[in-house]
Amino acid sequence: MYSYDEFDRDYVKNRVAIFRDQVARRVSGALTEDEFKPLRLQNGIYLQLHAYMLRVAIPYGTLNSAQMRQLAMIAEKWDKGYGHFTTRQNIQYNWPKLIDLPDILDALADVEMHAIQTSGNCIRNVTADHFAGAAADEVEDPRPAAELLRQWSTDHPEFAFLPRKFKIAVTGSPNDRAVIKAHDIGLRVLRNDAGEVGYQVIVGGGLGRTPVVGETIREFLPKEHLLAYCEAILRVYNLHGRRDNKYKARIKILVMEEGLESFRNQVEAEFASLLEVHNGPSLIPDPAVVKRIEDAFAPPRFEDLPESDAAYEARLAEDEEFARWCATNLTAHRQPGYAIASISLKPVGAAPGDASADQMRVVADLAERYSFDELRVSHEQNLILPHVAKRDLPAVYDALSEAELATANIGLIGDIIACPGLDYCALATARSIPIAQDIAQHFSDPDYSRLIGDMKIKISGCINSCGHHHVGHIGILGLDRAGRENYQITIGGDHTESLKMGQRLGRGFDAEEVVPAIEQLVQTYFSLRESEAETFLQVVERAGTQPFKDALYPAKEPADAG
Amino acid sequence: MPVVTPDGFRASDNIAYVSPDALPAGSDLAVDMPNDADPRTLVERFGDIATIRIAFPAFGDGRGFSLARQLRDLGYTGHLRAGGNLISDQYRHARQSGFDDVEIDDALAERQPEEQWIVREQRSYREKLAAR
Repeated sequence: MYSYDEFDRDYVKNRVAIFRDQVARRVSGALTEDEFKPLRLQNGIYLQLHAYMLRVAIPYGTLNSAQMRQLAMIAEKWDKGYGHFTTRQNIQYNWPKLIDLPDILDALADVEMHAIQTSGNCIRNVTADHFAGAAADEVEDPRPAAELLRQWSTDHPEFAFLPRKFKIAVTGSPNDRAVIKAHDIGLRVLRNDAGEVGYQVIVGGGLGRTPVVGETIREFLPKEHLLAYCEAILRVYNLHGRRDNKYKARIKILVMEEGLESFRNQVEAEFASLLEVHNGPSLIPDPAVVKRIEDAFAPPRFEDLPESDAAYEARLAEDEEFARWCATNLTAHRQPGYAIASISLKPVGAAPGDASADQMRVVADLAERYSFDELRVSHEQNLILPHVAKRDLPAVYDALSEAELATANIGLIGDIIACPGLDYCALATARSIPIAQDIAQHFSDPDYSRLIGDMKIKISGCINSCGHHHVGHIGILGLDRAGRENYQITIGGDHTESLKMGQRLGRGFDAEEVVPAIEQLVQTYFSLRESEAETFLQVVERAGTQPFKDALYPAKEPADAG
Repeated sequence: MPVVTPDGFRASDNIAYVSPDALPAGSDLAVDMPNDADPRTLVERFGDIATIRIAFPAFGDGRGFSLARQLRDLGYTGHLRAGGNLISDQYRHARQSGFDDVEIDDALAERQPEEQWIVREQRSYREKLAAR
């Protein structure tokens, strides 16, 4: 994985020094609260309901064991002993004190981490497929592009005060696990007819209060033009994005209002002039820099292993729980004899995405010993050991079990995405975590949840939809209705390459009505499915939403004439 | 109204600015440019313009940075000034976007004195990526 060069190290350390100085200037009054706010946001610091919150970047969701141990140390020393992994592959600390924040940023810099641009109206931490470099279906590892974008976008002088935040996601596979069509820019690595590798560029996607499926602005962009093309998109957005209304300031609104064709023409004109003027130097990056990044993501030294392993097969045959975990939590690896192992951060009763310092250390140890010192954070708020030899799976599973990290529910109904909601967030209109906990509790029987099969429930505690509810097979949106938490349910959302927004079924439900409603949807699915292989989402696509509406909102009996 | 230059504060030079919509004949002009203007309309007259001042109506409005880059990309080599509501933390963005200096009002100059504007020299990622 990428390790800092001298430039990165100096840069990050210097940014901490600058932030220390900014805090001092806020205290002295040289900076007003209004002026300080975007500066602290660009360093990842929010003011939440009860305390400051620090959002630490985990670029493209990749980290090593030393970094994970440092995250554990920070959780213990400056927070309440845990951290929260987010849908943007970041980690959030919910209880740091403002005065400690520069020290925390220093501790992050010690392990080549930072919190730069994890919030604010700037280009945010770039996300990528969490199976990058391991997935069997990958054209090319998307992380070199993501790292290049990280460097280009870090403190980009032109784009630090955009109309609104700007999110970029990259995938290297045709099967999209990075939700690229719901990003301001989505990039997919692909090969053209001539065999050259480049990018499909998607623009203007997003969730939030106006969900939009991103559209393709460029079918094929040669690799070396990545930064120039992104610069052109950002420049058009910075100059023409709306600044009169915060809720209409994202690039998706600009693309919708201008129309894709007109927007594309502006971008292509800007791109052509950028290439002409700069003729390389600033926007076609130095090949030596690019090569250093690409080399950093070269595959680890895999052993030459047979496709399977006798000890692993034996354990599969004799241990039902282990077999169940393997069936749900493993994904095919490109290298024979290896597997991708997902670690669920959704045990029954827990807040989705939370991990204790002790759990972080267990995972760090496992990564160091069994996964070439590499870990991933998924946007689904789970952790991943990307490269585990199958012969090591029993040992990995046993260690995870001991740390209560072996929940076998990846992709099942208990693997719920939930935003922090009203328990933490200043924007939230309803709680999310308790709803997730109630649902997970109700469906805690592993046989029952396996019977239900592939099911993505996603919960947001407000219209900003950090919990991705629009693209959940079942989406739950918590709102405030006259002082009472009220939950709207959508179905049929799809977060993959065939991205679709879910359809709202009807009036919202009180908190305690949500679980029965979900159970009702599951029962309706059972009654409609033609075989166990037909998933909930497939049934919604085939049968439509009406049968589910009828089940949730039965028509009132006609009034008795007598 | 002080002007922040790489050498520190100096007094403003009291230039008479003209609107980009109605450039008078002649040369050595100083143009006051709102941040929603199209810099391409000025290309023909670049040779007659000595100074362009781009307005920053609010420090959170970053259009001026892109306009500065566009002017430089279009070949403008004259003096480029940012005027209005920039704070000292944005000085590096202004310089790296192609501005020569930043004009601020007296109250801000008092609240954010000269030493807060002089940023420690640091290479930007832009320079790193372009290094050859």
